[in-house]
Amino acid sequence: MAEHTLIAPITEQRATELRRSPAEHLAAQFAAAEVTGPHSLALREVPFRTMVGLRVVPGTDAARRVEELLGTPLPGRCGGVAICLGNSVAAGSSVLWLGPDEFLVVSPLGSTVGPAEATARLVEALGTDPGSAVDLSANRTTFELAGKAARDVLEKGCALDLHPRAFAVGSAYVTQLGPVPVLLWKTGSETWEIFPRASFADYLGRWLLDAMREFHGAR
Amino acid sequence: MLLISCPNCGPRDETEFHYGGQAHVAYPEDPNALTDEEWGRYLFYRENPKGLFAERWVHSSGCRKWFNAVRDTATYRIAAVYRMGETQPSVTGGAK
Repeated sequence: MAEHTLIAPITEQRATELRRSPAEHLAAQFAAAEVTGPHSLALREVPFRTMVGLRVVPGTDAARRVEELLGTPLPGRCGGVAICLGNSVAAGSSVLWLGPDEFLVVSPLGSTVGPAEATARLVEALGTDPGSAVDLSANRTTFELAGKAARDVLEKGCALDLHPRAFAVGSAYVTQLGPVPVLLWKTGSETWEIFPRASFADYLGRWLLDAMREFHGAR
Repeated sequence: MLLISCPNCGPRDETEFHYGGQAHVAYPEDPNALTDEEWGRYLFYRENPKGLFAERWVHSSGCRKWFNAVRDTATYRIAAVYRMGETQPSVTGGAK
């Protein structure tokens, strides 16, 4: 008779203890790369944020139900970001424009509504109409690059016009940083959030460290 | 580096896009009724003009949407960009 090996099911708490973020091994190097002074720079990873991919055609009944749930109209143009007012998905979540019918709902860190619950609520709002809501939290990680020289670092590998007159605070664009496809979100006048795919996190982390190096000597 | 104007995202670098070949190649009404030669022509035969050429592009590192562009194959000038399903705008002045 075959013997069965009993494996204890992994609880949610145990899963949280076990999980590793895509750029966790670079945390010490990120901390050491910090620059102060006139060319200040700080880089850190903000892991495990809730991100839900949402596909729905704006203007449809399904989109209206989703907008009611989120408490905001969906962003209607490239670069647009809408802030959710409702509590139903997660207070303070943002809806980022990825395409004419594709959006990313990003929840702030420590949000009380988990990814599974947020996804379920959006799926419920879509009903049987065409569209989808998928938990993409593990698809991308977040790098936060802040400081007076942050734009100089990004300009080494991004073809978009990052000047404030073209790239306003609170807008987000899907583009490339170096050879890596990323979502670039300007959250403050000197703060950028960069969303690379998890598998690109190591490469992009090292790319950013390299791009930040010249400012070490310039303090 | 070409600067291509995506109908959704505006001008972006060529490296954000992928090429999709000749535009407006209609799928046969009834593929089973075609001879092997006609099917082969549908699959493999494409125009190769010198001058203006309507072609498909996809903004793969952006909005991930397909669109059409009229490009001059000799000068690489993009004369028009229009969405899928729209009729081709009439443009003139391609390379001879």
